[in-house]
Amino acid sequence: MIKVEHLTKKFGDFIAVNDISFNVQAGEMFALLGPNGAGKSTTIKMLTTLLKPTSGSLTLNGFDVVKQQDQTRKSFGIVFQDPSVDTDLTAYENMQLHAVMYGVPKSEIDTRIEELLKLVELWDRRDSLVKTYSGGMKRRLEIARGLLHHPKVLFLDEPTLGLDAQTRNLLWNYVGNLAHEKEMTILFTTHYLEEAEANSNQIAIIDHGKLLTIGTAQDLMKQTKTKSLEEAYLSLTGKELRDEKADPHEVWRQRQRARNMR
Amino acid sequence: MRVIYILWLRQIKRYFRSKSRIVGAVGQPLLFLLALGYGLGSVYKEAGQGNYLQFLVPGIMAQTVLFSSMFYGAMIIFDRQFGFLKETMVAPVGRLKIMLGGALGGATTSVMQGIIVFLISLLLGFRPYNWPMALFSLIFMSVLALAITSFSSGIGSFVQDMQGFQAINQFLVFPLYFLSGALYPLNHVPTWLRIIAEVNPISYTVDAMRWSMIGTSRFGIVHDCIALGITLVVLIVFGVMRFRHIEP
Ligand SMILES: Nc1ncnc2c1ncn2[C@@H]1O[C@H](COP(=O)(O)OP(=O)(O)OP(=O)(O)O)[C@@H](O)[C@H]1O
Ligand SMILES: [Mg+2]
Repeated sequence: MIKVEHLTKKFGDFIAVNDISFNVQAGEMFALLGPNGAGKSTTIKMLTTLLKPTSGSLTLNGFDVVKQQDQTRKSFGIVFQDPSVDTDLTAYENMQLHAVMYGVPKSEIDTRIEELLKLVELWDRRDSLVKTYSGGMKRRLEIARGLLHHPKVLFLDEPTLGLDAQTRNLLWNYVGNLAHEKEMTILFTTHYLEEAEANSNQIAIIDHGKLLTIGTAQDLMKQTKTKSLEEAYLSLTGKELRDEKADPHEVWRQRQRARNMR
Repeated sequence: MRVIYILWLRQIKRYFRSKSRIVGAVGQPLLFLLALGYGLGSVYKEAGQGNYLQFLVPGIMAQTVLFSSMFYGAMIIFDRQFGFLKETMVAPVGRLKIMLGGALGGATTSVMQGIIVFLISLLLGFRPYNWPMALFSLIFMSVLALAITSFSSGIGSFVQDMQGFQAINQFLVFPLYFLSGALYPLNHVPTWLRIIAEVNPISYTVDAMRWSMIGTSRFGIVHDCIALGITLVVLIVFGVMRFRHIEP
């Protein structure tokens, strides 16, 4: 359903995404993990026609993402990492606008909006301007809006960022059911590793723009000889904070530590 | 069509929710009307040109529409800064529809501003020479408004911040406005000024406005309409072309 081949994106001299390739099968839930600045959002932006790749090829739902932008756009939906709702409109108006732009059948618009706004518990506030919302409420609106139409492929870029635990559970249950019922393919990123483990069939880990590994949570644990996804993740990406040069000794020590923990 | 309508509606709703914008965009033309209309009125009369307020109002209405429509481009820059632009860019809708929906909304609100200024002018003593003819000014204002909102969408698509946008306003739109025939008659101006005015689309809009409001025209209404039509088509094409390459 999604095919990424030798994808590279440069910003000037800086290589944000470096020769990444992977495939996502139809109906799969695919998690893209990696530290801050790894290149996750940049990859998603290229897959969603917002950025042009420097090189490499992208196919989504059988369409060439760069050359067949219109068909590609008809095939996916997205929840962005950064805010993208109109804060001078109400929640309901934001939902309506989205529904119309994505061609949701007229007869279904109102029922779907109601269902989703109730799901994220914004129904009572549907007629308030979004600028009067709290950060978490805005986030929930973004998600509700992203689930309004039922695309072939759904991108979720850190959907649960800043949400409380209850809402996160609720959201993943809903997304899981939707994916199952509508046979959607889902590609998501998150920094909550337990979310990735619980909700994905495949996990790809990238760092500094490079794809480190790809497989099921079990595969990754086996590969790194660790017992949890978190350990596997840390042993692959190292423990140092980003933007600092990776210290090979530290990485080695961590690998040893991870190994000894077995 | 539903897409164009909903994007148009968004602009209208935002306009009515922002009282400060309505008042702010009328303030500048009102200042021009008062300061120039009363300040220069007597000089104008002594020069044997008649009533200056009558001459000035159609030009000030065009000014109102021109600058409110330019402001629409700033809205695109805000949309980018607040992130909403991403939502429209990934939507499975042709870029022409997205551009036109917003531009039509911006144009509608600009024309409303022009009408407000017209009503204020009535209070100041302005009278159209023929009321049914005055209705034609609605068409000219609408064409100018859509042309300029398309243009400013194009500008808003590649200028990244408000400073850059203001620079375009200062160095392109203000000069075009001041060098058009909006504020003074072009009969006795130096040749260079007249030539600039004659290749300036704003001059033709102002001229058409005068034709409908006070029954005088310098270029002739046919020329005005041709110039307005060409301007509209060129600027819509410019707007869509730039809009295609927008990166949020
Ligand atoms: N428009 C841009 N211009 C220059 N550099 C950019 C641009 N967009 C992203 N980058 C850089 O590309 C790198 C990858 O950014 P990206 O947003 O893809 O990271 P991410 O994996 O999504 O991280 P996070 O977990 O923080 O969201 C970062 O170093 C970032 O600074
Ligand atoms: Mg990101």
